[in-house]
Amino acid sequence: MRLERRSGHSVAVLVAPLAAIAATLLICALLVAWAGAPIADTYSLLFAGGFGSKFALTETLTRATPLILTGLAAAVAFRARFFNIGAEGQLYVGALAAVACASALDEAQLGLPDGIIFALMIAAALLAGGVLLLGPALLKSKLAVDEVVTTLLSNFIVLLLVSALLDGVMKDPSAMGWPQSVTLRPELELGRLIERTRLHTGFVWALMIALAIALLNRHTAFGFEMRAVGANAQASRFLGMAVDRVTIKTALLSGALAGLAGAFEVAGRTGYVTLDMSPGYGYSGIVVAMLAGLSPVGVVVASVFVAGVLVGADSMSRVVAVPNYIADVIVASSLLTMLIATMLTRYRIRWR
Amino acid sequence: MLEVRQVTKRFGELVANDAISLSVAPGQVLALLGENGAGKSTLVSILFGQYRADSGAVLVAGRELPAGDTKAALAAGIGMVHQHFTLAENLSVLDNVMIGQESLLGWHSAAGHYREKLMQIAVDYGLAVTPDALVRDLSVGERQRVEILKALLRGAKYLILDEPTAVLTPGEAQALFATLKRFVAKGLAIIFISHKLSEVLAVSDQIIVLRAGRIVFESRTSNADADALALAMVGKRLAAIDRGGPPKAQALSEPIAITVPVLAIEGISAIRAGRMLIQDASLQINSAEIVAIAGVAGNGQQALADLLCGLMPVSAGSITLAGASAPKDPRGWIDAGVARIPEDRLATGVIADLSLAENAIAHRHRNLSYCRWPRSAGWLQVLDLRKMRQHAQAIISQFDVRCSGVEQTTRTLSGGNIQKFILGRELANHPQLVIANQPTWGLDVGAVNYVHQQLLAVKQRGAAVLLISEDLDEVFTIADRIAVIFQGRLGPALPAAHWSQQQIGLTMAGNG
Repeated sequence: MRLERRSGHSVAVLVAPLAAIAATLLICALLVAWAGAPIADTYSLLFAGGFGSKFALTETLTRATPLILTGLAAAVAFRARFFNIGAEGQLYVGALAAVACASALDEAQLGLPDGIIFALMIAAALLAGGVLLLGPALLKSKLAVDEVVTTLLSNFIVLLLVSALLDGVMKDPSAMGWPQSVTLRPELELGRLIERTRLHTGFVWALMIALAIALLNRHTAFGFEMRAVGANAQASRFLGMAVDRVTIKTALLSGALAGLAGAFEVAGRTGYVTLDMSPGYGYSGIVVAMLAGLSPVGVVVASVFVAGVLVGADSMSRVVAVPNYIADVIVASSLLTMLIATMLTRYRIRWR
Repeated sequence: MLEVRQVTKRFGELVANDAISLSVAPGQVLALLGENGAGKSTLVSILFGQYRADSGAVLVAGRELPAGDTKAALAAGIGMVHQHFTLAENLSVLDNVMIGQESLLGWHSAAGHYREKLMQIAVDYGLAVTPDALVRDLSVGERQRVEILKALLRGAKYLILDEPTAVLTPGEAQALFATLKRFVAKGLAIIFISHKLSEVLAVSDQIIVLRAGRIVFESRTSNADADALALAMVGKRLAAIDRGGPPKAQALSEPIAITVPVLAIEGISAIRAGRMLIQDASLQINSAEIVAIAGVAGNGQQALADLLCGLMPVSAGSITLAGASAPKDPRGWIDAGVARIPEDRLATGVIADLSLAENAIAHRHRNLSYCRWPRSAGWLQVLDLRKMRQHAQAIISQFDVRCSGVEQTTRTLSGGNIQKFILGRELANHPQLVIANQPTWGLDVGAVNYVHQQLLAVKQRGAAVLLISEDLDEVFTIADRIAVIFQGRLGPALPAAHWSQQQIGLTMAGNG
């Protein structure tokens, strides 16, 4: 069995994603049947739970917001072949930095308007996420240390650090002993997009940022350099690009996006930082980015899909006897089928 | 008797082999002659079971081989010596010839048995060998010998040699021919692949010429003549190359352009990972001349090219470019207007997964002319995609790059067209210095001719050209002065007329 490169584009490019989704549903139908639930009902409940009502849809979009940002963080970095696996940690330091900055400014009583404090709070989150990734980027460009290892391990360090801070200096004295940070003032929170739902304006920001990244990639010198370095660092160096600098700037951008995801979660949803604030948004961002084929606009679509499956599975599992872990299986197998489908659009299989 | 019957192999639209039939008998040397891309390598890959033919068959002693099965080919006695050696450099000669022979799950090593067998074969065929030497310490000729021994140890009766002399010095090639003669006397059959006429005429009994996947000429060597072979191989007459050269006598009435030194290298050395790659090299290149650096692969050419585009720092000595100290990084060399044609066009010359439009300006994208906003170029500038495309289109039409348009992914072009595109990109800004490293490697005759004409045209315009080449024909075709590089040491650049083929061959082997 071997692979041969296909010569031209074909309709397969359009059919591939649909085939991948069909294959995923088929695979998961086996598990649903195994659990003893009716397949069609389970899927329709899952869909209704994710997208079928105003409540379902707003919940899905609320969940999609941090996924878009961590997905963009992964997409930007992976495109430049900088494998940032540390978005989870960057999300937490972003959230922490936002709260710390806001409470420090409040305590200092400088009389700054809330708008300025909010902007500084966001800037602090961007900076914290970016700076956290600066270490792995420098280690990679100066000493060729593998960034997958450093960024992955940095997640655990950050989570322990957050834990120490939330039980220490950043602990909210009025939280009755729970390890959580102080709560943001309501004036510093993101506004509701739709009343009586949890959907906040962070979603709109995330959409605009996705668009901005798409334009950055296609139309600016920096975007071009990121793509060039990702496609072939050796040729990029020969063609006069400062490969190390491109890597470092990419890392700063990627980390900042993940940090922003944390700030938006605090300012838009929770109001304070806890250790279980993210159900692995940093890691899911990688899945989202891969599903989207690293396209920024695709990240939005993939985030809504993944969030819809997660939300829908929660609601579905309350009705039929299928555990909500099916959501993880659906997301994981859709990634695999998508990767296979994309490969098959580029290569054809020859059986001997 | 090894026989090929009506073998056809297609890759998409391309017919690489079209109904090819041939046979070779024990004690015979069959030469397969043809240009790059004629289908020689495809044919031997089918023989060796690496490819499956779309139709046709390979027969050994009258029995058909199962298609696409290298193990069956080996068992039938077909041995292959690839152009690019398949040796593990960190292992010994003995380990390399044994690889794949022993069972993975065997209890004890059969090294002793194979050592005896190897020495016996070495004696039988008169090939000197040191079983415990590490392959990385061997010269290219010695490595080739290991490849041949590997095939013989597996009981090869039909030996296929793919461009065996491409990497050898003339002296080593002579030694190889003598070895092949001994093999034939012992009853081996040999298929010898080459694109060099003189070799084929010297070593073979039978000649087959392939062109565009078909057999276009077949003859006993004793009846063949070089001109007919050349014509069969190329198929069409090539445009005669005008060498330009030094001003001729009748041109003396016209003002002679005064040549000025463009690039001066003085006593430079380069060390990478503790190895001295270039040692005390000096060279001066003037405007309106082509200076070639000839040498066998792996004698420091790549290091020299890296030094001359800022990819590697100089550890001693100095480089002067147009009277000033040379830049320290690739950016500086590009901005100084030096055109660079790298050896590996797919890995270094272009970013193969980006489009032609993007590759056309990849080295100058932060240039004001491709900046739409703001008014100063920098990393956040908005690129002018329309101008990028226009520039790429200009290169494509001026340098006759065959493609479907500026948005085509560069990887999908043929090697010759990618090289034309790189030439176009590098020559677009009328450089005063061109550094071309193996610019025609792997190209077909038409493209080679085109590249040579472009380099000569650049020289006529007054630019200096440094040509680093392993191809002596190329060096003698276009260079005004030739220097030889051997083990990182660069000899003096003497006028081309000063060198004879024999003299340069000896110098390339370190015996100059």
